[in-house]
Amino acid sequence: MRVSLYRDTGVVLRVQKLGEADRIITLLTRQHGKVRAVAKGVRRTTSRFGARLEPFGHVDVQFYTGRTLDIVTQVETLDAFGVGLVGDYQRYTAACAVLETADRLTAEEGEPVLRLYLLVAGALRALADGERDPSLVLDAFLLRAMAFAGWAPAVVECARCGDPGPHRAFSVQAGGSVCVRCRPAGSASPAADTLTLLGALLHGDWAIAEAVESGARRETSGLVAALLQWHLERQLRSLPLVERRARPTAAAVEETS
Amino acid sequence: MYEGPVQDLIDELGRLPGVGPKSAQRIAFHLLAAEPADIARLQDALQRVKEGVVFCEVCGNVSEETQCRICRDARRDSTVVCVVEEPKDVVAVERTREFKGRYHVLGGALDPLSGVGPDQLRIRQLLARLGAADGGAEISEIIIATDPNTEGEATATYLVRMLRDFPGLTVTRLASGLPMGGDLEFADELTLGRALSGRRAM
Repeated sequence: MRVSLYRDTGVVLRVQKLGEADRIITLLTRQHGKVRAVAKGVRRTTSRFGARLEPFGHVDVQFYTGRTLDIVTQVETLDAFGVGLVGDYQRYTAACAVLETADRLTAEEGEPVLRLYLLVAGALRALADGERDPSLVLDAFLLRAMAFAGWAPAVVECARCGDPGPHRAFSVQAGGSVCVRCRPAGSASPAADTLTLLGALLHGDWAIAEAVESGARRETSGLVAALLQWHLERQLRSLPLVERRARPTAAAVEETS
Repeated sequence: MYEGPVQDLIDELGRLPGVGPKSAQRIAFHLLAAEPADIARLQDALQRVKEGVVFCEVCGNVSEETQCRICRDARRDSTVVCVVEEPKDVVAVERTREFKGRYHVLGGALDPLSGVGPDQLRIRQLLARLGAADGGAEISEIIIATDPNTEGEATATYLVRMLRDFPGLTVTRLASGLPMGGDLEFADELTLGRALSGRRAM
């Protein structure tokens, strides 16, 4: 049984209109997992905390336990990621996919998912800073979020028999790289760079990831999206709308200068 | 649970936005007690709104004819176009009596979380409108008046990117800051921050 008043930090995943001027806010919190709560009067221009409860907001919130949904009573901004994100459409669409994935991966409300919360906050911070390619940040987030959910793809060893790789074939249904003996019909044959990038993103090796050319980056994005949608068993609405414009690699920039 | 038609009416009213079960019940019993002439007027209004209202072929606003009242009005300034999300935003800007130009209604804001991308909005029509002469005059300014929230700001950013290659076109955004009649101490840091960055010399 939760106490009548509780406080937590969280990231605003989604907002829905409710009645005349209220909103239902979906937050991914540090201690209480996903929380859906009513924020009263936040759509009015006179609201004292409406602006803080926009998607991408990283906030310190106080809730009052309601009968069906909890009520937001106080909000303080920790990081206004939205301010940096809305100024760049590519980063905005990537951040939307981060939020939707986090929402889908947390089916149960009130179940603590600390690692996912930290991952979401980290991904939004990286996207808002704008130092890394948004497409790479998104793919790294999706791969690690899948790993937390128990769906990490096999990148080197065979996903079926565990035969040490690297292998040439990749099967979404099998869960990653597959050896010649286990390879199911219709498996993809991605470039070696693509598998290297998958591994680098999964383990956070940015030096390797950022050196990979745009063709392999596009192929990686396609495989990551296919893996996620296979495991979630439904299509994410935001993923097809993500703008994928790969930034040139450091080597390519040096060549042109 | 009420019998047949009364319950059906409550159920239908309950599907309207912002109408809960209690409100639906109150409206249903109000209608039950109303004069037949009042009901007929309501019935007629409902029918006309579905059959008689179309979207203006120029700006996308709700209209009774192929072009809305504002697009037909020759006295309005054709060189300035205010881009809004919804028809209700046209009414909000018109209430100010400050704007004498024309409008362009997008039909929403870019919201990937709800599956709304550029192709679902009337952005292509805006670009076509800019390419062609509008009412005999070239458009010289686009005022982006999308909502000052995450989706509205992202839509504004996207529009700026699409419009920056039109020669001689000025793209402006509605100012945002403190509401009239408020106290500074109660302003949240995001609104106050934008008010500071958008301050003007007096």
